[in-house]
Amino acid sequence: MNVTKSIDVKGLACPMPIVQTKKAIKELQTQDVLEVVTTDAGAKADLTAWAKSQGHALLDEKEENDVFTFWIQKG
Amino acid sequence: MTESKSTNIILFSGDYDKAMAAYIIANGAAAYDHKVTVFHTFWGLNALRKDGKVEAQKGMLEKMFGKMMPRGADKMGLSNMNMAGLGPKMIKKVMKKHNTSTVPELIEMAQMQDVNLVACQMTVDLLGFKKEELLDDITYAGVAAYLGEAEDGNVSLFI
Repeated sequence: MNVTKSIDVKGLACPMPIVQTKKAIKELQTQDVLEVVTTDAGAKADLTAWAKSQGHALLDEKEENDVFTFWIQKG
Repeated sequence: MTESKSTNIILFSGDYDKAMAAYIIANGAAAYDHKVTVFHTFWGLNALRKDGKVEAQKGMLEKMFGKMMPRGADKMGLSNMNMAGLGPKMIKKVMKKHNTSTVPELIEMAQMQDVNLVACQMTVDLLGFKKEELLDDITYAGVAAYLGEAEDGNVSLFI
């Protein structure tokens, strides 16, 4: 995947992952892909809902040793 | 995303946990690109107090009120398990372990995200607060200002 920017919000609790994600995506262009790396187990539901509401696409996600990675394409 | 939506939160409570919930939602709503306003009234006004003692011209009752209420969010008690101040100490310890933002940090972040912090003028007067005791970048308003925002709003909460 062609990742434009990656942010590491591991260890941060709600609402920080979503606040940082929003801040990061604001600086990107449409179609750019943002990678979000987090340890917040609530992030999946949060980012899914947020991306849908904001018109971004959640392209893919993975979980490895309690670390979640999400790829969001700016809409 | 078309027209921006709005979230309006009334923070009436002066409890640490309730202020935390209010400010987490405020920050989340700002991340949703909502126009966010937190209206502070009654005990919720304490969240807007500066933490040190501020010199201000006050009557006796006003001074007493000021002493009895927490100076800033960090000094608030919990709505449950307060245990004469032991509860907040314990929860702050746990919060540190979980890397959770404190209420003062959440308030600062809300300001950075352009959340509109409003103090209810009527209760500011009632509880005897002076402007110099409260945070600088806030506005003062009444019920009509709240309703003006809330009637076209999307999320409205009373905490």
